[in-house]
Amino acid sequence: MPPGITIAADAPELSAANTGFMLICSALVMLMTPGLAFFYGGMVRVKSTLNMLMMSFISLGIVTILWVLYGFSVAFGTDHGSLFGWEGDYVGLSGLGINQLWDGYTIPVYVFAVFQLMFAVITPALISGALADRVKFTAWALFIALWATIVYFPVAHWVWGTGGWAFELGVIDFAGGTAVHINAGAAALGVILVIGKRVGFKKDPMRPHSLPLVMLGAALLWFGWFGFNAGSWLGNDDGVGALMFVNTQVATAAAMLAWLLYEKLRHGACTTLGAASGAVAGLVAITPSGGSCSPLGAIAIGAIAGVLCAMAVGLKFRFGYDDSLDVVGVHLVGGIAGSILVGFFATGGGQSKAQGLFYGGGLDQLWKQLAGVGAVLAYSLIASAVLALLIDKTIGMRVSEDDEVAGIDQVEHAETAYDFSGAGGGRAPRTAAVPAPGADGADGADGADGGAQDTAQVQRNKKVDA
Amino acid sequence: MKLITAVVKPHRLDEIKEALQAFGVHGLTVTEASGYGRQRGHTEVYRGAEYTVDLVPKIRIEVLVDDDDAEQLIEVVVKAARTGKIGDGKVWSVPVDTAVRVRTGERGPDAL
Repeated sequence: MPPGITIAADAPELSAANTGFMLICSALVMLMTPGLAFFYGGMVRVKSTLNMLMMSFISLGIVTILWVLYGFSVAFGTDHGSLFGWEGDYVGLSGLGINQLWDGYTIPVYVFAVFQLMFAVITPALISGALADRVKFTAWALFIALWATIVYFPVAHWVWGTGGWAFELGVIDFAGGTAVHINAGAAALGVILVIGKRVGFKKDPMRPHSLPLVMLGAALLWFGWFGFNAGSWLGNDDGVGALMFVNTQVATAAAMLAWLLYEKLRHGACTTLGAASGAVAGLVAITPSGGSCSPLGAIAIGAIAGVLCAMAVGLKFRFGYDDSLDVVGVHLVGGIAGSILVGFFATGGGQSKAQGLFYGGGLDQLWKQLAGVGAVLAYSLIASAVLALLIDKTIGMRVSEDDEVAGIDQVEHAETAYDFSGAGGGRAPRTAAVPAPGADGADGADGADGGAQDTAQVQRNKKVDA
Repeated sequence: MKLITAVVKPHRLDEIKEALQAFGVHGLTVTEASGYGRQRGHTEVYRGAEYTVDLVPKIRIEVLVDDDDAEQLIEVVVKAARTGKIGDGKVWSVPVDTAVRVRTGERGPDAL
């Protein structure tokens, strides 16, 4: 968030243009969460598609409610000790007038609250990519609620809330490099260190089941990200939002090209997954820095992040931690790259007057960025690991091995994403009782498919009977 | 009678069908198949992780013919299927005891 533009003497008035712009931006950011769901959903195997979609989608439910109840108050209420906020009027958004403006800006508090809500929704959803295939849905829902409360809301206050320590120190995080991406990436690392690897990690092929779905998700993310980034100036009076829009586009393009070039040189092919991943890496990296750098700087930041993230996604195989869909490799590494590169590329002519190393600002901004990165990384990593441990020791974090092999969709959601029974001419009706989830033992994979078809068949028969 | 089975590259199907028609074959059965021979599949790369895909898509064509025509027909199929590149497939024949046309009950060569 930008520091408050205080227009001396004249109190700001509600701007219809800015309010409309911000409502559209909020809707764009909302679209990123289902976009993320598709991005992740295409990358998992057929048997866990729905679970992956649901892990993102549920955040729209849980975090929305918590945000209105107390999240907004903790993140943006009156500061307490530079660590968290609290404001009675923000609780339940109950003490607000519909014309009440957000602190020094030209938009209503409601608009600011709903824009920030969408950030709070997508951040925990980002974590889910690391946990694919193996986490109980109820445990995940509980984790989201606790994580948002203990990690996201306070960290958002540190970085964006007036009085928050990182905000007061002058850490530049325009739209969420630390608060969103490093936060989610570090949390992902913390949780997977507790819950462990998928069954068959490094042994079984775990190819993405639908790259078109991944591409669709990446495209929706890219589109929604314009709201995420350009909206973070909270209005459009002085061009910073427009600069951010331009930088978002060019950095993303540069990162996609850089990732593809790296792939072509290293593996011999420009892949679809590489294009989608590179684009997301660029979006992540430009998020903290795009309000401060020039478009040429944005190209450099995107290209650097594209190559770094492409290199980083292989780390899980080297170090043996199972970050299923590379949340660490893309969001943590991309977020760190973007946040630190601000210290080099900030021109002093955008969101902040601070200049980076390449623009004569010396090391001043760089160390502030490093402080922000380090603190958020450490806090999120440790707090998330502790939360995961707590949940694991109480209700259990993982599904059983049998259920994981059989496919988490059926076990946790009583559904399957696709009906393949039409292929090959279909099967004769089978009206045997539907096997209990996971009852197939080691024969799980086959059993799951049989079970799914049985369920579908039973339902069809019921329809005919009716 | 002989059963000629050909497991070939999917994109050669049209050429083989035309060649068989020109030869005078009245019917055939085509199945989608997958497998590998000496080429052992191919490699796919996802974010740098390489996966070896052993089984590659093939088409399996089956034709019943008279003993006298078998050798010549095999030649026809092989010629139509050949691209000269690795993975062109295989053709073989096995003897068949009985064949019955379901509609009429005709047996043996009459059923072809």
